[in-house]
Amino acid sequence: MKKFAAIALASVMAISLLAGCTGDSTGTTSSASTGSNSGKADTSLSGTITMTGSTSMQNLCQALQEAFPQVYPDVTIDAQFTGSGAGIEAVTAGTVDIGNASRALTDEEKAAGIVENVVAIDGIAVVVNPANGVSNLTQDQLKQIYTGEVTNWSEVGGPDMTIVVVGRESGSGTRSAFEELLGIEDKCAYAQELDSTGGVATTVSSTEGAVGYLSLDALDDTVKAVQIDGVDATEENITAGTYALQRPFVMATKGEISEQSELVQGFFEYMYSEQGQQVVSQVGLITVDGPSAE
Amino acid sequence: MKVKSSNPAVAPSGKTSILGVNQSRKAIERTATIIFFVCGIVAILAVAAITIYLIASGAPALGKVGILDILFGTVWSPTADDPSFGIAYLILASIFGTALAICIGVPIGLLAAVFLAEIANSKLANIVRPCVELLAGIPSVVYGLLGAIILCPLMYDIEEAIFANDPSHQMTGGKNLISAILVLAIMILPTVINVSESSLRAVPQDYRSSSLALGASKIQTIFKVTIPAAKSGILTGVVLGIGRALGEAMAVVMVCGNVANVPFPFNSVRFLTTGIVSEMGYSSGLHRQVLFTIGLVLFVFIMIINVLVNVVLKKGVEKE
Repeated sequence: MKKFAAIALASVMAISLLAGCTGDSTGTTSSASTGSNSGKADTSLSGTITMTGSTSMQNLCQALQEAFPQVYPDVTIDAQFTGSGAGIEAVTAGTVDIGNASRALTDEEKAAGIVENVVAIDGIAVVVNPANGVSNLTQDQLKQIYTGEVTNWSEVGGPDMTIVVVGRESGSGTRSAFEELLGIEDKCAYAQELDSTGGVATTVSSTEGAVGYLSLDALDDTVKAVQIDGVDATEENITAGTYALQRPFVMATKGEISEQSELVQGFFEYMYSEQGQQVVSQVGLITVDGPSAE
Repeated sequence: MKVKSSNPAVAPSGKTSILGVNQSRKAIERTATIIFFVCGIVAILAVAAITIYLIASGAPALGKVGILDILFGTVWSPTADDPSFGIAYLILASIFGTALAICIGVPIGLLAAVFLAEIANSKLANIVRPCVELLAGIPSVVYGLLGAIILCPLMYDIEEAIFANDPSHQMTGGKNLISAILVLAIMILPTVINVSESSLRAVPQDYRSSSLALGASKIQTIFKVTIPAAKSGILTGVVLGIGRALGEAMAVVMVCGNVANVPFPFNSVRFLTTGIVSEMGYSSGLHRQVLFTIGLVLFVFIMIINVLVNVVLKKGVEKE
């Protein structure tokens, strides 16, 4: 019986070792993808930063949850994703330190003492096959294409070719941003729902009549980005605010950053530092300069 | 003293008693039994863990959304303000896709098996058989990739020709139910061929000889005698093929378009498996729970298939 126990124990250990291995490997890959560790650890800050809000900012927040403690090991970030409106409500009520919103704040919200700290910008490019003659679409045309009102490129100034509407799967941040910005949430009639940015690029580059959208940093030569309302999809135009398919990622605070606790101030300092903005670009967003007012 | 020579642990000097030899042999026997037992338990533990986990994580959503709303709802918009989690089209696509893939794959597979077991000379069979085995070893993602690169553009051309000026059809760029079915049909071939061939080979030579002696031709013998005799084995192959087609995700997701539509041939469709694969990444909350529910539905389907296999096998044994 002893022998049986020993063998059973050994097998349990072997199994847990296996389980441990898989756990470890996922851990390293995910931290490697967001890792911007400079090696030094700062223990001057400790505690928990609470934030809640936009579901679109989930990727960014999760990357921060991994990257921030690499610099400040004693700090944990507690992030919940309840929607932009709920995030601003929570920060107004003072139940969280930071309210996340994937839109600009309204005047009403600003009047309530909420400060709009833009930490990143989300930009979306609309792409077509390089062989497609169309090089400019208006927002209205885009809406019509994606809701299925327009089904042929000839209706928007292109060749006589049926449009293949390519998009992302539900739950994708790019999809929700695209649909939100055009005001066509859950009204889209997709012909293909792909589960990766790469998939969209590959499909559009290999399907003549295809139109797709992807986050700006994923643009490459295999597809052609069209102008929206005559404006090129470039980082410059997004920073200048002329390109339509963009939205700010706001981490709102009640009162200026300088009025916040040391912990939250430290967080924003990190956020606007080179390291913080590196995390921003790693999750496919456009970086911003720190608040110049301070 | 035969025991001694078969047991190298015992010195050949003859000093050890028979009793001692028996004892050490017993210990080895017992250890081996325990090792086998533990290995057997691992499989049971895995199945039990998966079943419990799937039910625990898939069942809550059934209660929250409503079992009828999930199984018979036709609108899949999990992230809308008023979310809807109908997977009826996913279920239908999985069933139609699998059924049609079987309709194409099984005749080809069965005839290939007949060729290998009955018709081909050993030289030719020795060339074809490794090819079939290789087909079984190709990763499913490669099937998907080839489908996306070769099959889909072809489908796109056909689609453009058929629906050139049809506003009621949404152009899919070749990613449709037919592409998925063709890829699946090829993927189930090796399963069907291998199982069918070995059951055809297991048919006693006497059957064939008797049939031939009665004046039946070779082809008549194959279709009237050999195949009916190997029926249960062939059916097992078919059912295993169904299981493979139903559970395939990676290859299908690359060619099916993945939109929850009515499963018409040229529509972009979403299968149960591809629904899970594509949305697991960013889903959260109830949406994620429903994805587990889809997993549960798929699990139930696979269970039904497995029970079918057992019934078919048992019937075959009883007959003999």
